Amino acid sequence: MADQKLDKKDRMKIPRTSMPEQDPKERIHNFSEVPRGLEIEMAVTEASRCLSCAKAPCVSGCPVEVDIPGFISLVVERDFAGAARKIKETNSLPAICGRVCPQEEQCEVVCILAKKFKPVAIGYLERFVADFERENKLTQIPEMAPASGFRVAVVGSGPAGLTVAGDLIKLGHKVTIFEALHKTGGVLVYGIPEFRLPKKIVQAECDYMARLGVEFQPSTVIGKSDTIDELFEMGYDAVFIGTGAGLPNFMGIPGENLIGIYSSNEYLTRSNLMRAFDFPNYDTPIIVGKNVAVLGGGNTAMDSVRTSLRLGAENAYIVYRRSEAEMPARAEEIHHAQQEGVQFHMLTTPIRFIGDAEGKVIAMECVKMQLGEPDDSGRRRPVVIEGSNFTMEVDLVVVAIGNSSNPLIPQTTPGLDINRWGNIIVNAETMQTSREGVYAGGDIVTGGATVILAAGAGKKAAKAIHQYLLTKKDSLVKG
Amino acid sequence: MPKVLDNVQIGPQNWKMLVRVPKLVEKARPGQFVIIRVNEAGERVPMSIGGLDRENGVLTVIYQVVGKTSALMTTIPAGGEILDCVGPLGLPTHVKKWGTAIVVGGGIGIAPIYPIAQAWKAAGNKLYTIIGARSQNILFYENEHKAIADKFYACTDDGSYGHHGFVSDILKQILDSGEKVGMIMAIGPVIMMKVVANLTKPYGVPTWVSLNPLMVDGTGMCGGCRVAVGDTTKFACVDGPDFDGHLVDFDLLTKRLNAYKEQEKNSFHRFLESPGCKLADSVKTLVK
Ligand SMILES: Cc1cc2nc3c(=O)[nH]c(=O)nc-3n(C[C@H](O)[C@H](O)[C@H](O)COP(=O)(O)OP(=O)(O)OC[C@H]3O[C@@H](n4cnc5c(N)ncnc54)[C@H](O)[C@@H]3O)c2cc1C
Ligand SMILES: Cc1cc2nc3c(=O)[nH]c(=O)nc-3n(C[C@H](O)[C@H](O)[C@H](O)COP(=O)(O)OP(=O)(O)OC[C@H]3O[C@@H](n4cnc5c(N)ncnc54)[C@H](O)[C@@H]3O)c2cc1C
Ligand code: SF4
Ligand code: FES
Repeated sequence: MADQKLDKKDRMKIPRTSMPEQDPKERIHNFSEVPRGLEIEMAVTEASRCLSCAKAPCVSGCPVEVDIPGFISLVVERDFAGAARKIKETNSLPAICGRVCPQEEQCEVVCILAKKFKPVAIGYLERFVADFERENKLTQIPEMAPASGFRVAVVGSGPAGLTVAGDLIKLGHKVTIFEALHKTGGVLVYGIPEFRLPKKIVQAECDYMARLGVEFQPSTVIGKSDTIDELFEMGYDAVFIGTGAGLPNFMGIPGENLIGIYSSNEYLTRSNLMRAFDFPNYDTPIIVGKNVAVLGGGNTAMDSVRTSLRLGAENAYIVYRRSEAEMPARAEEIHHAQQEGVQFHMLTTPIRFIGDAEGKVIAMECVKMQLGEPDDSGRRRPVVIEGSNFTMEVDLVVVAIGNSSNPLIPQTTPGLDINRWGNIIVNAETMQTSREGVYAGGDIVTGGATVILAAGAGKKAAKAIHQYLLTKKDSLVKG
Repeated sequence: MPKVLDNVQIGPQNWKMLVRVPKLVEKARPGQFVIIRVNEAGERVPMSIGGLDRENGVLTVIYQVVGKTSALMTTIPAGGEILDCVGPLGLPTHVKKWGTAIVVGGGIGIAPIYPIAQAWKAAGNKLYTIIGARSQNILFYENEHKAIADKFYACTDDGSYGHHGFVSDILKQILDSGEKVGMIMAIGPVIMMKVVANLTKPYGVPTWVSLNPLMVDGTGMCGGCRVAVGDTTKFACVDGPDFDGHLVDFDLLTKRLNAYKEQEKNSFHRFLESPGCKLADSVKTLVK
């Protein structure tokens, strides 16, 4: 193939492939995925831009150190399924990560090409190979170790739990995933909208786990039905806690309990998990706002504001207390929101909500902010400009200012140490908690972070749990 | 999928469903609740624990037909199944020996107050039970309540049975009699709980109520169930559903319960007109 014989200079001349996307004018009326994915030839051309650097900086930029040049060279060779398998050696969820990872601050930002040109579109390629493998039914059942006789309970079916389960089942252990909701996938199903991550992709990952033999027990709230200690009594030899950061924060300002003020978790759960966007074909209703304000600047805020547009908002605002440079959302999502007509009110924060006689929100009073000295997070602290008050007419407000950790499991598990934010404390290498045989990872340990960090924590924990079980076996044999 | 052992009409608008969920029943305590789904496109509906048969692992749910999901529930035959039933959720009701304790149940609230009454009785309290409804044919669980109460009162708004008037009338008589009451628990329509809480406040008798805001997940994840209690906002599904009635903002609760009234109504009417609607004619007319 000609591509393989290109020299370095030729490679650098190839422009970065742009992702085909649904037209913004069209897509704000549907929930279908926005980026359509690369065509085969686009992917091969994009892959041929990669210089296969010896000390590839992209690999160290990736939180789980995917062999990026390795999988990209397989794309050049048109071994797409092989490329997907290469990624899966370190990341079990490429179809998901290819869509939602912040590549622009992980692998792509450090790509050698980024200095002079544009970085290799690593995320697009990751998505391409994973989709190719799935759509052409090339997913292979990996080699499975013989049954070990050990049983592991995984609490929570988000990326952390799924990764732990997938790794441990391959090592011969029996794995059960307990999930509080009726659907598995964690934030991937209840939080991230269809237009960014189609639910059938998450379902395919869960189906794959089930094919490997992972047992799913949805609609089971650990701490309420069984406690962690009871799981051990039931015969589980180790437990992994991957319960996420699922307790929504509110502003704590007057009027916040008015009708029409949602946490982003509620808004997105209604729309994604309960499919209220398709009401009344689905029974769960959702308030459709004309003038919608979403408070916050993260991915959750972007997902909420773009959902509101698709549900029919005439004006959709992002209201954020810092400036655009500080917004934690992925660059791509901010860009998509702008294309779709979202109006950004930066350096603005509400101080109270105003309601009508029925208790519905009709307006919010805001103040303008300016940036002062840097705070603990290194970002400049927003300070209120006195007398800058003004009122915004709104009939729907979504509070997307982050989540704390759900206290249910710590409360019902004696001896499980947590920090002052309620996050479970673990050994950073093994993910072991203060309790023997109990491991934890993902947002419940770090606070709200990313899919790949949760999956990476799951990898580490699976390794450590396997070691723990082997040691246990030794002592059983000896004892 | 959980098996439905029985599902019978027990009043003009009320049904009693028995569901076999052994694990849930083993763990459940009075005052907690479950969340049920009956069809894939359906809502998650919270239902109180209306009885626990621990020997057979059977949960009793008493439900009132008010909208699409509760109407759909009436179509499940004995021997049928529901999609899922998660729980127990929420915190159990406080159980302690206070001396004299009163339970007040109104309408559908007569069901969840019953397991609480049983637990309070077993804890050694002198138990007074007051139940009420609009009319005699709506009352249920009368014999069950009578069997364990030291004093039992039934009330109907229309005077068709028992005391002609509200549960709060009887409660006031007891409080005025000078008898020392250690604890009151009231479950029923929001307005009833509000009236009871306002009544007992000047007497200084602790009064707890069980709140039923709209819910989605029931695990503390969405905040849709938030209620104002004193100066704080609580999530009823994890911090409750029981709260100190003297601190609850009942008006806020009433307003929030109406958030989707129009949409729910439209959805129900659309359902009635759809070819797939298998509701009995008598059920169709129940939803106003
Ligand atoms: C709207 C939104 C958009 C996001 N966008 C991105 C993005 O673009 N890119 C990115 O990298 N990250 C994104 N994130 C963050 C990312 O989704 C999370 O960091 C990641 O999902 C955390 O994974 P986890 O496995 O720790 O937990 P979760 O995904 O939160 O899953 C935890 C699961 O545990 C269950 N659970 C909780 N308690 C119990 C219990 N007691 N018993 C049983 N089950 C329980 C929960 O129901 C849930 O299903 C986003 C988050 C949100 C909310
Ligand atoms: C903790 C808790 C325990 C409950 N226990 C019971 C019970 O034991 N038996 C029972 O019949 N119901 C109970 N409910 C109320 C029950 O969940 C609702 O009636 C049910 O969800 C209505 O669903 P639907 O689709 O039939 O009606 P929808 O179409 O959803 O609603 C129709 C109308 O019913 C009213 N409604 C809806 N949800 C509620 C609610 N949560 N509380 C009060 N009114 C509501 C609203 O005015 C609404 O407009 C409980 C609710 C909670 C939160
Ligand atoms: S840094 Fe860029 S060019 Fe180098 S190997 Fe990684 S993706 Fe390829
Ligand atoms: S129902 Fe979602 S937090 Fe209570």
